[in-house]
Amino acid sequence: MPVIIDWTSAFLLGSCMVGIIRIIIGPTSADRLTALNLVGSQVIALLVVTAFRAGSPVYLDVAMVYSVFGFLGVLAITRYLSKRSNSK
Amino acid sequence: MELQSVLPVLGGLISIVGALFLLLAAVGIIRMPDVYNRMQTGTKATTLGSILFLLGIGIAEPSWLGKIVLLILFIVFTNPISSHVLARAAHFRGIPLAEGSVRDCLADDEAGEQGVCE
Repeated sequence: MPVIIDWTSAFLLGSCMVGIIRIIIGPTSADRLTALNLVGSQVIALLVVTAFRAGSPVYLDVAMVYSVFGFLGVLAITRYLSKRSNSK
Repeated sequence: MELQSVLPVLGGLISIVGALFLLLAAVGIIRMPDVYNRMQTGTKATTLGSILFLLGIGIAEPSWLGKIVLLILFIVFTNPISSHVLARAAHFRGIPLAEGSVRDCLADDEAGEQGVCE
């Protein structure tokens, strides 16, 4: 069982790398924001794995706060993006 | 005794399926041709992957199930909202569709046309 969890966290880190490629090469800012949303979900999963490996539920609270602030951040940045295009 | 040894393995397997969905979402976000396709693959597969992953950890460690169900509910409620807001912002910013796209219902709606979309 610990072997499965170790491999899962390595797997999630690899998926984060694949998402970060799109954040770097994304042609528009909407691409980058979409990829950032995806990487945020993967980081939440990674935090939950960390909680399981460390055996302490504190990381679950961290994951909860991370998901709340990720959601609010995406809302704020999209608000900014669409406002810019309206005023142009 | 039996159940105690079976639950972590079952949870680990469900978690691996969820992690696979998260990897597929990342691959899709690299491979898809335009913003809207990327958004579709990057949010639907992410929602299912996160749900499966968290559920697997919750099965492996049943005393955390309350917090994990709360996290799953939050993800289920907020992921569609953020994808909708992202797609709307991309559309109003004027990012074009990929070649081969057949219909843009929101642009039709803004132009006041009644089409197949109704």
